[in-house]
Amino acid sequence: MPAERAVAAAGLLLLSACAPESETGSPPAAGHDAVPPVPSEAARALPRPELHPGMPGLLNEAELEALAAAREDGLADIGHLPEFGFGETASPERIAAWDIDIGPDGEGLPPGSGSVERGETLYRLQCVQCHGARGEGSQFEALAGRVPGDRFPFAEDRRYRITVGSYWPYATTLFDYIRRAMPQAAPGSLPPDDVYALTAFILQLNGLLESGDSLDAESLPRIRMPARDRFVRDDRRGGPEVR
Amino acid sequence: MANNRENGGLPSRREVLAGVVGTAAVGGGAVAGAQQADAPKPRPRAPEDPTKMQGLVPRPLGERSAFETPRRLVRVLEPSSSSRTPLQYLQGIVTPADLHFERHHGGIPNIDPERYELLIHGMVERAQTFTLADLKRFPAESKLRFLECSGNGGTAFQNQGRYPRMSPQEMDGLTSTSEWTGVPLKLLFREVGARPEATWFLAEGMDAAVMTRSVPMEKAWDDAIVAYAQNGEPLRPEQGYPVRLFLPGWEGNASVKWLRRLELSHRPFMTREETSKYTDPLPGGKARMFSFGMDAKSLITFPTFPERLGGPGWWEIRGIAWTGRGRITRVEISTDGGRNWEDAELQEPVLPKCHVRFRKLWNWDGRRATLMSRATDETGYVQPTRDALLAARGSYTRYHYNQIRSWRVESDGQVFFAG
Repeated sequence: MPAERAVAAAGLLLLSACAPESETGSPPAAGHDAVPPVPSEAARALPRPELHPGMPGLLNEAELEALAAAREDGLADIGHLPEFGFGETASPERIAAWDIDIGPDGEGLPPGSGSVERGETLYRLQCVQCHGARGEGSQFEALAGRVPGDRFPFAEDRRYRITVGSYWPYATTLFDYIRRAMPQAAPGSLPPDDVYALTAFILQLNGLLESGDSLDAESLPRIRMPARDRFVRDDRRGGPEVR
Repeated sequence: MANNRENGGLPSRREVLAGVVGTAAVGGGAVAGAQQADAPKPRPRAPEDPTKMQGLVPRPLGERSAFETPRRLVRVLEPSSSSRTPLQYLQGIVTPADLHFERHHGGIPNIDPERYELLIHGMVERAQTFTLADLKRFPAESKLRFLECSGNGGTAFQNQGRYPRMSPQEMDGLTSTSEWTGVPLKLLFREVGARPEATWFLAEGMDAAVMTRSVPMEKAWDDAIVAYAQNGEPLRPEQGYPVRLFLPGWEGNASVKWLRRLELSHRPFMTREETSKYTDPLPGGKARMFSFGMDAKSLITFPTFPERLGGPGWWEIRGIAWTGRGRITRVEISTDGGRNWEDAELQEPVLPKCHVRFRKLWNWDGRRATLMSRATDETGYVQPTRDALLAARGSYTRYHYNQIRSWRVESDGQVFFAG
């Protein structure tokens, strides 16, 4: 399908997903509060960067049709079963307690900010032991390093390491992962300002920020990672061809 | 190091390998180049004539014969995050739950089932939580399905010929088959009113990594299960107790264990595991993302290292085959290094997305021989040679290593992995 139409389809999806609840035309069902995760006031006020058109996982028109058909088939499979009504409605507070994911568009980023400088201090305290003084890796994997010319030779050349700067397509992933899983001895313990600061420092180690820079919910999703456009969708479908 | 482990590991010879490799069943011999962490125990004793005394009384919990000591293989001297199934020890297709492989990213969490809740929210009409009792109250389904880590076989692929003393367990032990029981995910998604615009959902675990993967909604409408039982009993802690996502035929990492949250969205979430890991570099400066499906693969499990055949004559070549794309339709065996191929017998039941047992009688003439197996699935896909995979993916691609494996039988009967 033509690229423009894929973009249009993706854009439409984006619009419908970003529209406030009251504008989607689906009124809350009786007895339930129909609430999507509520972003903070600060985050809601910011125009979110658009998803780039080549992002793997944005469905083209044919894929949207296939999904609609799969949905219909799936619902038909269970069409003979009643609606059970088991479970409890989840309050916005209940959702907020667990809803910590950050999207590639920055959705979910909390208020706060952190500087490269502060990140360096935190890194020395919390991260050096596993990742090395400059992110070169130690007990655990390397975080820093670029490939000359930002080439992407990983299938054929073992000399270059997979790092944040050489491989990770989205800077938002770094924030998401540090917040949920790091540091290893106290996972999930870092407040947002610290996570912004560590994200900033690691990006600086990779030559993607300057030493005087800071990050917040607005600037982080706008960082374009060198390897962003290296990723393609899976084209294996079975059949005789080896891919 | 975390990288290596996901690649199936690059076992430096410094590494000490813990665990006996099911040697009792296949005739002795420890994994060479490795040491057993368990101190050698004296052989169990049995009466000369068991018919001349009363046997044991019933016990509330069964256990294996004292003569059988299968173990998962855990690499130690580092905080390990995986263990491997002793494939050469097993018959049939079902993996006993205590021998099912493990792979985790933040250790095994300890979860109280009475406090367990699954939260479903995002692009739904009604965000809801479900207790374990709620989930068990829904109509259940049970399916026999394989689960394989997509890093399985990486060491064999990337270190061609360097490790002849590699058992099926060490090489490919990150695959297992169980009967999984749970709620069809589509039933839960209908309950919460999943919106038609939702194209992806996030699955999040309750482990220290709060591990996340994005999954296409199409899988939910097809055959995804929210599973709470394995081989007839509650999930083992290392398999996701009390509840895991199970995505039949897809790389194991996406079947998120200790499942606590599902969030429906209009786009993938680009988590660490689906960007910096579990993506497949390709020649030409690209990498495949969301490469979920497991292509057809087969593996001989007998005779293999560390086995030594007792002499020429009839032997049954045995192994398993599987594909994430439906059913295995054919397994062929070569005993001459791939020049000639003959069909193996497939043991019923031949189930989709499930290990299938194959067998082939072989009259060994006592000369050096190279054994290979090659699987074909219902899509017409034929398990490729290593060269074909190299051409398509490059020498250092990560994940999805399903090339044909070879075993060399020496004239003294000793069997080695041969690439």
